[in-house]
Amino acid sequence: MKVSISINGENVSRDVEPRQLLVHYIRETPGLTGTHWGCDTSNCGACVVLMDGKPVKSCTILAVMSEGHEIATVESLEVDGELDPIQAGFHEQHALHCGFCTPGMMMTARALLDENPDPTDHEIRTAISGGICRCTGYKNIVAAVRWAADHQAAAKQEA
Amino acid sequence: MQTPASFEYERATSVDGVIAALKKRGSGARVIAGGHSLMPMMKLRLAKPEYLIDINDLTELSYIREEGEEIAIGALTRHVELLNSELLAEHFPLFRDAEQVIADPVVRNRGTIGGSLCQADAAEDLSAVCSAVKAKAVIRGADGERTVSMEEFHVGPYTTAVGAGDLLIEVRLPLRAGAGSAHEKVERRAGDWAIAAASAAVWMDGGKIAEAGIALSAVGLTTIHLSRAEQLLKGKAPTDELFVEAGEIASTDCSPSADGRGPVDYKRHLAGVLTGRALRRAVSRALHQEA
Ligand SMILES: Cc1cc2nc3c(=O)[nH]c(=O)nc-3n(C[C@H](O)[C@H](O)[C@H](O)COP(=O)(O)OP(=O)(O)OC[C@H]3O[C@@H](n4cnc5c(N)ncnc54)[C@H](O)[C@@H]3O)c2cc1C
Repeated sequence: MKVSISINGENVSRDVEPRQLLVHYIRETPGLTGTHWGCDTSNCGACVVLMDGKPVKSCTILAVMSEGHEIATVESLEVDGELDPIQAGFHEQHALHCGFCTPGMMMTARALLDENPDPTDHEIRTAISGGICRCTGYKNIVAAVRWAADHQAAAKQEA
Repeated sequence: MQTPASFEYERATSVDGVIAALKKRGSGARVIAGGHSLMPMMKLRLAKPEYLIDINDLTELSYIREEGEEIAIGALTRHVELLNSELLAEHFPLFRDAEQVIADPVVRNRGTIGGSLCQADAAEDLSAVCSAVKAKAVIRGADGERTVSMEEFHVGPYTTAVGAGDLLIEVRLPLRAGAGSAHEKVERRAGDWAIAAASAAVWMDGGKIAEAGIALSAVGLTTIHLSRAEQLLKGKAPTDELFVEAGEIASTDCSPSADGRGPVDYKRHLAGVLTGRALRRAVSRALHQEA
């Protein structure tokens, strides 16, 4: 079945079986292996991407269901060599150990700040509660999102 | 890597189209809404539909609106929309109680009320919520539309009045004066299914409970409708002793099994305590004693 999905602003067309999961469709697109696939039960959140701006678990959506929607993956965060504040925050606050959950965490955090630029720590924790960090580095992930929110606000004020 | 078994896929463009496709394809056909119950089951090969009908484009099934003496919720309305609805928060605050603790925010962006009710997992929070507020389910099939109560809707474990050729269209909640409601859940960790949960609704009249609705999640093979406790409360003034008594009925009338979430006696205890708490909160909300 022919499927066309907009991934990071580019139209990607491919013939796939209806049973192909969106996460695999994305990962089989050359260069887009940033989205991780971590569990079979929709629990871990490593595969979170944005669908029309909202975070979703790409292991629980079929590629064929995504046609006509805008998908954004972790690769879309960096623009022209410039890190997204979320990425810079993860770097500054050491918000990853093994890094497996990081793409999902970052996309979830990006969506949170798009909707709520100044979240409380509780709101950050709630937002990322659909992601599991097996290194249990949640504290630094929350700090990273906080860092991103602060620096994003400061950058806006300067502009 | 777990991948579903092969199937054919169709994207529905109308409700009539879904009904026609279900009829044509027979029992191998299945509707997919948010997919957050069905996809994990398909990956584990617990479900192997031969033909999948995707209803996500049917935006006409996505709404929460007041219609006369009822609130109507379209089957494709997602958890996040139920969570954010001010209309529901005003009339039936138990929806927001439940939606804050159903799965996680990412799952809530996809999962729907229709999928939750049709899945009819005994641990489904919305099944208890809809039972407590005496909701009605509107089901459409090849022979037209019918409306059933939640008691009629819940047929058995994972089984509802929605047959193989049917589509759940909407859920209707009757608006009546003096209403208050609450949902209480205990889970092992953020985003998990309930160890036990209790939904309660009361309709107060002149300081007395004119009517009550109570249902439990995760403590039996199906959603438990606590009709004995509802009878007990009817016509009585709300007191702590009464709530405790209703809780005792809950502990007795549920039928939990032991699993990773806890042993039977603990779950029975929890069902009782949560029933009492939900009732207490429902009554204070009805009497506007809680902000
Ligand atoms: C990690 C995780 C945690 C969760 N935690 C909780 C929790 O704590 N509490 C809770 O209540 N739920 C929980 N859920 C379940 C969640 O609420 C699901 O979204 C819900 O059970 C199913 O909704 P859906 O729209 O995704 O349904 P789908 O998976 O699309 O469908 C489920 C079933 O209903 C049928 N169906 C769907 N819509 C219709 C319709 N309109 N008419 C007829 N049949 C229909 C489908 O054919 C299928 O059989 C969790 C899910 C996940 C993945």
